[in-house]
Amino acid sequence: MVRLNVLLLLTVMLCSLGVVTSQHKARQLFQALEVQQERTRQLEVEFGQLQLELSTWGTAPRIEKIAVEKLGMRTPDAETLLPSLPTGGASR
Amino acid sequence: MMRFKGKVAHKFAESPLLELRLPAWRSRLMALLILFSFVVLIGRAFYLQILDTDFLQEKGESRYRRDIEITASRGRIADRHGDVLAISTPMRSIWAVPPAAQLTSEQTQHLAALLEIDAQGLARKLTSDKPFVFLRRQIPPPVAAQVAALKLPGIGQDKEYRRFYPTGEMTAHMVGFTGVDDKGLEGAELAFHGPLLGTPGSRSVIKDRRGQIVEDVGSVKPPQDGEDISLALDSKVQYLAYSQLKQAIADSKAKAGGIVVLDARTGEILALANWPTYNPNNRESLSGGQLRNRALTDTFEPGSTLKPFTIALAMDTGKVRFDTQINCAPGRLQIGGATISDTHRYGVLTVAEVIQKSSNVGSSKIAAMLPAQAMWEMFHSVGFGEVPRLGFPGEVSGRLRPWKSWRPIEQATMSFGHGLSVSLIQLARAYSVFARDGDLVPLSLTRVGAAKPRGTQVFSPQTAREVRAMLEMAVRPGGTAPKAQIPGYRVAGKTGTARKLENGRYTTTKYVASFVGFAPASDPRLIVAVLIDEPRGKYYGGEVAAPVFASVMAGTLRTLGIAPDAPLEVAQGAKPAVKARL
Repeated sequence: MVRLNVLLLLTVMLCSLGVVTSQHKARQLFQALEVQQERTRQLEVEFGQLQLELSTWGTAPRIEKIAVEKLGMRTPDAETLLPSLPTGGASR
Repeated sequence: MMRFKGKVAHKFAESPLLELRLPAWRSRLMALLILFSFVVLIGRAFYLQILDTDFLQEKGESRYRRDIEITASRGRIADRHGDVLAISTPMRSIWAVPPAAQLTSEQTQHLAALLEIDAQGLARKLTSDKPFVFLRRQIPPPVAAQVAALKLPGIGQDKEYRRFYPTGEMTAHMVGFTGVDDKGLEGAELAFHGPLLGTPGSRSVIKDRRGQIVEDVGSVKPPQDGEDISLALDSKVQYLAYSQLKQAIADSKAKAGGIVVLDARTGEILALANWPTYNPNNRESLSGGQLRNRALTDTFEPGSTLKPFTIALAMDTGKVRFDTQINCAPGRLQIGGATISDTHRYGVLTVAEVIQKSSNVGSSKIAAMLPAQAMWEMFHSVGFGEVPRLGFPGEVSGRLRPWKSWRPIEQATMSFGHGLSVSLIQLARAYSVFARDGDLVPLSLTRVGAAKPRGTQVFSPQTAREVRAMLEMAVRPGGTAPKAQIPGYRVAGKTGTARKLENGRYTTTKYVASFVGFAPASDPRLIVAVLIDEPRGKYYGGEVAAPVFASVMAGTLRTLGIAPDAPLEVAQGAKPAVKARL
């Protein structure tokens, strides 16, 4: 009877130590998950900021300004344009 | 005690004290009282543990459990190609609890420098007796991190979102803006406020002593970010429209103006710009005039741009044919006490020429053949006098009086666009009956899917095609708007030059110049409507508004890759030789 009790006591102690360890591990993993989730949020924010930057740099007025002033580009005159159509000539 | 042990001769049971006779009810009463208190205790325990379990559990949880709100961000607004027009990005707001914020003057100086605010103003805020003050809202996160690093007492920060509009004033009226608390106030921000708005989520967690989250308890409610809205707007077309309008208004020193570009096949609004406009990123000095989305909220008397509608109705009901002769001599017509006159004296014109030359007398005579009710019904069915129902703030219906109160002179003037008022978007939409085969297309702010919308039939396809041909004549040499020509494309359109009403009388100094047209005329894809309010100097629609139409339409046709439909020789240098007329 005593031996059974001791055995049971030992089992209980082992189990509770196991619970403590796994709880600790679970919390560590949870922390890691939290860190990664925070990173996700940060990256989403950064994505938004980069999108904002992209569309700020890519606004039509800026593109036109650079094309005209820096690169010396211009829209061709209608006289110099010769439209080419896939089939059947110019008038359909 | 030990000393007495020898002396005491009797046992406890023989104690003389026990000889005392006490009444039996006293002990019974005590027993009952004790029993009663136990009952009370058990009852209370039963109540707390079984009946009202929440109270104790809440008390227990409040020792370690925290509810955290997870903020949801507002959806983005993008154009049809996914280019961002409005986006929210997190910012910080710095606040102070003045009683707790006891800063040295050095610290105050430092904080003021970081926040870029006046140091004296900051000191005043910190010594005020309010329990809470915002020091500065919407500062960039890096600056907020510097402020946090100072570790000042009584100074805290909150996360909040700020809305950015990268395209700025160019799309201001379409996109609108939000207030500081993320509420849509204007434009698409207001029209789509519901779907754009996210719903914040929440989670309850267990925090440890250091404030770190250790565990989730209970269910996590994930935040629902606002939907992204994709407008039908095309940024490139919008830029073209905006820049050309701005240029034209600067050139003609006009007071205001507007431009609308519609896709004739789908009814999508590809571009909508107004002048004056504003920068939605910086709204410090805003006036109502800048805020107004004129193309939707302002009405004007459209003038001659309305002539094709009356004539189409006359043709549809078989009153006239395109070659029916109308005597417009001597350029003057007496109706009741009023006189209608043309800018030039025309003789006998065909119906097609009435549109080409834009004769007021001719259209009045055609209007006289029609019953007032039929005209009213036609105006109504092309959308005049009715709110366009885009869901945009401040849309107006314009003015179209009931036909029963029309006098003959009014019926005549309405045929050439006086005596009723419309908004620019209504006018652009109404022209879809000619650009399509006689049906009026519903407008859309957002992209229309593969299914092409079917409009409500107003005119027969035959009439629509004939009027289209007449409108093409109007932009050819001999018409009123040769400046609306686009090399390589067949264009159709109509000018309008209307005198403004002032105190109930038509002025002779203030005009509204307009042009509405579509291209390519062989298979119309785009409708462009231009309005220039009070141009100085030249004021004819064909002179002021038509060139804007031509450059915007040409650029848009090129941008969208629409094939030219004109015979080649037109492309080889079309030189408008004839002077423009009303």
